[in-house]
Formats: sequence, structure tokens, C-alpha cells
Amino acid sequence: MSASNSLPELNMPAPVGGPRSLRLGDTGADRLFRWTVTAAGLFVLVSLAAAALSMLWGGREAFQTFGWGFFTSTEWDPVQRQFGALVPIVGTLVSAAIAMIIAVPVSFGIALYLTEVAPAWLRTPVGAAVELLAGIPSIIYGMWGLFVLAPFLAEHVYPWVDANMGQWPVVGALFSGPPLGLGMLTAGLVLGIMVIPFISSVMREVFLTVPTPLKESSYALGSTTLEVAWDVVLPYTRSAVIGGIFLGLGRALGETMAVTFVLGNAHQLSMSLLMPGNSIAAGIANEFSEADSPIYLSSLIALGFVLFIVTFVVLAIAKLMLMQLQRKEGR
Amino acid sequence: MNLPPARLALSVLTLSGLLLVTACRRDGEASTAGPAEQGAPAAQSRGERVAAEITGAGATFIYPLLSQWSDDYHKATGNKINYQSIGSGGGIAQIKAGTVDFGSTDKPLPPEELAAAGLGQFPSAIGGVVPVVNVEGIAAGKLRLTGALLADIFLGKVTLWNDPAIVALNPGVTLPASKINVVHRSDGSGTTFNFVNYLGKVSPEWKQKVGEGTSVPWPGGIGGKGNEGVAAYVKQIKGSIGYVELAYALQNNMAHAALQNAAGNFVQPNAASFQAAAATADWANATDFNLVITNAPGAEAWPITATNFILMYKQPKDVKRSRQALEFFQWALDNGQAQAAALDYVPLPPALVQQIKAYWASELKF
Repeated sequence: MSASNSLPELNMPAPVGGPRSLRLGDTGADRLFRWTVTAAGLFVLVSLAAAALSMLWGGREAFQTFGWGFFTSTEWDPVQRQFGALVPIVGTLVSAAIAMIIAVPVSFGIALYLTEVAPAWLRTPVGAAVELLAGIPSIIYGMWGLFVLAPFLAEHVYPWVDANMGQWPVVGALFSGPPLGLGMLTAGLVLGIMVIPFISSVMREVFLTVPTPLKESSYALGSTTLEVAWDVVLPYTRSAVIGGIFLGLGRALGETMAVTFVLGNAHQLSMSLLMPGNSIAAGIANEFSEADSPIYLSSLIALGFVLFIVTFVVLAIAKLMLMQLQRKEGR
Repeated sequence: MNLPPARLALSVLTLSGLLLVTACRRDGEASTAGPAEQGAPAAQSRGERVAAEITGAGATFIYPLLSQWSDDYHKATGNKINYQSIGSGGGIAQIKAGTVDFGSTDKPLPPEELAAAGLGQFPSAIGGVVPVVNVEGIAAGKLRLTGALLADIFLGKVTLWNDPAIVALNPGVTLPASKINVVHRSDGSGTTFNFVNYLGKVSPEWKQKVGEGTSVPWPGGIGGKGNEGVAAYVKQIKGSIGYVELAYALQNNMAHAALQNAAGNFVQPNAASFQAAAATADWANATDFNLVITNAPGAEAWPITATNFILMYKQPKDVKRSRQALEFFQWALDNGQAQAAALDYVPLPPALVQQIKAYWASELKF
């Protein structure tokens, strides 16, 4: 109603001199705008709460039956109907951690290269290529991991890792095991490659926002490119960079298809990164269609809720660390 | 069927989705054009149009055969079958919810459960599960295993290929001193059900420690998703052993193992040994065909032979559609056995076919 009222007034000559006076139609339109964007904002909260609550509701039978033991038990026995989520929880966290160890430095390198080092004519095509990589469906990464990466690792890399790194003190147990080619390390590698485009394209965007005078003055004072990157670009963009890393981390935690292909899908807890494991998302994808008892189904839905909590906790911890960092800097 | 490593299941899902969409569209077109063209015969064409809507859901095991059948049936009669291969568990759930005209499962339901839901059950096709190995120097069918030994391997008790127990069964075969890598299904599956059902029958320890079901707590090994997943893993991992349906072993040129059956003979998995198992199984005394034909007694019987079952309501809500679904299976029993053989399934033995028809006449009379 307000919109139709204000339409004819558009043809009127603009008031000359003095501030424009607010008319009733304007406040109505403004109120409509406020309501619309508030609804959009609320939509996020509502869908978040709805998703979490419906999974909690669906998993209530599992939580009631197994209690806290659901989080600490490694048993996953569809025959005896005993379910515990520790193996998938550990698998999710470990594979995502490996992915971040690989993805963060590489993404950092890509973004710095594209903004500081690469010749101007190369920046746009490589930048576009990175964004194209982000658009590749995860199943493609999974198949590549299974048919190309895993045999290569099993043949040429893991035997060496097992023979050499397996003897290292303390961390040796992480790297000893049969060279199957599938397992936690392979899953982490594939995940890392998958999230690199996400993190690096965010990093590239924010590095471009650093004001040129800041960098130029630093160069003028005799800084090297490395010093400019480390002491000017990174501090200026730190919180946005960490935001980009969160984005990649969230994706690594919830990735399903690619992980299912290369993780080995075994409900066993193992110290070795070369051994197969399971992740929450892969477990649900594998077992949901044939979950033949109510408690089995409920346990899988409960797993979904656990993934929710795990993601929330990991991101909350990261956010807290960021706040602490900013406090130290006195911002 | 010739892209085993690809995500067959996924493409199958997409395909069935597409089929559904096109079926619906055709239907819409027909309903607008139909009655306007002719007067009296319109009613007839409308009747046929309803027949085009037969829907089923369930086991992936039977999907290649059912889609072949429905294609041929469509050519022969104009009727269409939409089958969604969502897994046995899904098939049971969907037919119980009444959303499909028939369900399909690799694990027979016990008569009590059928009676409680008002369902009838009959076999549709027979196939087999075969152990496949990837050991250097061992060709298809050359490795001989017993059921108990197979159970010990999957229990993780026999861990090396040159274990004395394996060597003793295979004189003249050079076995490496490498580790046995076990590959199993990561998703719930009728293939797994038949495989572990057999292991439970031949190994008391398996029965007690692991049990049987469409998914079980595996003592070790790695899990591949679907037959194609297990096939891909076994092909890639040296010294591995897994289990797949025969068709997947043949398409992927994998080395299967010969197994010792209940009669004590070593047999190769093929149509003849599957048929021998089906023929010697005690169908006559199985109420509602509730029989898993693993470890069948016949001299030439393959020990891990599997049956797929169809579930239908005894008193369906939509009598017409159920009748049409039954007509389809009748047609499949009479005309569809050559296609079954071509796709590495086994035609049902004649005695069993007679028994199924008698069952339809007495139990599914609508």
C-alpha cells in the first residue's frame, strides 16, 4: 500500500533547498524493509535451531539408551544394537586436522603469490582457476582419491612412510601400518586439497583490501616482500583470514562423499594414520539406508547431532582464540 | 553395468529419478489428450495408463534384472514398472508404509512379521556371493577355501596368505608370506546378510562373536560402499580378500575363490552351482518362503547362494495395481528367465516356480 502511494509522488519536482521531510509512505516502506531483513536474519537462527532440535529429537532414543556412553564408547554393533560414537568423532576431528595442516600453509602461499608476487597478467587466470577448483563436486575428489591418489600412495609413499617414519620416537605409531593406500592420512590429504580453494580465495580477496599506501610505505622503508606479507598484510587482515580458515574447517568437518571413498569406513580406533577409520558424515551416508532397527536409526540421527556439536565446539574454540589474540593486540 | 568402479548406485538413483519424472510427464500428456480423441476406448486406455504406474522399491541386488524385465515388459504389454533400488531395509519400510505396490528384500521376513503387516512373500531371482582375492599369481578359481577358514580370515584369526591352513588346502599354489587385508561392505546390504549368514552356519565362533544382519560389527578390515566399492578396494589393495555378487566379480575380471560346500566338494561359483543350491534347498517346508539357501546340501551346490524376495500385501488398498504387479511377476516367471541368465542371475528351479504359483493362488487372491 505504501509503495503504491509513493509512486505518483516520484513525478513531483524535487523540493528545492532544505532537508527532505519524511512522509508517511517513506516510513512505511522503511518499516517493510526492516521487517524483511529481520526475517532473513531470523531465518538463519530458526533453521539452525530447527535442524539441531529435530536431530536431537530423532536421536533421543539413542541418547536415552546409551547416555553419555554414546560419546565415549567405541562399540558399533548393529547386531547386538550397541552404539557408540567415539570412533567417528575421532575420525572426523583427525581427518579435518590433517586437512587444515595441509591446506592452511598452501592456501596462504597461493593467496600471497596471487596478490604480491605473480605478474599482473597471470593473476586473473590463476585466480579464476582457484575459484573453478572450489566448484568441483566432492564426489569427483573422492573418485580421484580412490582411483589415482590411493594407489600411488600405497605403491610409492606409504611403504616408505611405514619403513622410515614408523621408527620415529613418540610419533612413530602414527606412521606405522600396512600400506593400504586408504585411511585417515589419505582422507586428510583429499580433504586438504578440497578446502584449499575455499581458504585461498577468501585469503586472496582480503589481501586485496590492504591499502596500497601501507604496503608502499613499508617497501619504501626497505622491507622485503616476505616482511611486507608477514608484518603488514597478515596483521591487517588477520580476522578475515581466520574467518576463511573457519570456512574451510567447517567444510572439512562435514565433508561426506570424498571421505567415504578414501577413509576405509571401519569402526575401529587406531593410533596409526595409515589405518582405516570412520567419520560421522561418512558413517551416516553409508548406513542410513539400511538401518533396520529404530535404535540403529536413532543412533545415526544422534550422530548427526554430535556432528553439529563438534562443529559448534570447534568453531567456538577458534572464535575464542581469535578474541584473545585481538585483546593481546589491544584492539 | 560396464562402469563398475563408477558410483553405480548413485547413477542408478539419478536414473530412476529421471524415469519417474518422464513417466509422470507422459502421464500428464496422456490424460489431456486421451478422452478427447475417442469416446468408448478412452476408458480402456485410461485403465492401461494406471498400469503404467506400478511402483516398487527395495534391494539393489535385483535392480539390473528388474530394470531389464520392466523394459521388456513395457515392450510386450505397454505397462511400466518403476523400481527404486533403495536397499532391502528401505524396501521393507516402504511397503509397510504402503507407498509402493511391491517391496523387495534380500533377507526373508519371518512369517510372524509378515502376518503382523499383512504381507505375502515370494522369491524373484537367485544369485550368488563370491569371495574375491587379489593375490599375486593366483588366477580366478584357483584358490580353494573352506567355510570355516573363510570365517577365520574375516575374524582376523588367519592373518597371512601362507598360513598352514590355507597352504594345506592349496597344494601346488605358491602363496606369498604377505598379510591378508580384509575388505567388507561399509553399508548395510543383502549381500552382507547372505555372506555372514553362511559364515555363521559354518563357524560357531562367528555366530557367537559377530552374528548376522545386513550390517555387522566387523572384527577388522576396511569397508567399501556397495559391491562396486568392495570390488574397487580389492582390485587396488594387494593381498586383499572381499566378497561381491558374481556379476561384479565377472565384470571386473576378479579372481574368485572356490569354496567347499556342505557336501564336502570344492565348487566354482557359476549358474550351475547356484542352480544346484536353489534346487536342493528345502523350499517345500519353508512357510512364506522364509529360507536362506546358504550352505545348501546339494553335491554341486555353491554354498553362498542368495535369493531375492518380493513383498506384497495380501489385502492391498489398491487391488487393481497389486493385481497388475502380480501379472508382471507372473510374466517374469514365464518369460523372463533368459534375461536372468544373461545378467548372471539364476532362473528359479521349475519346482519352486510351481510352488510360487500355488502360493499366489492361495495367499495373494485379490
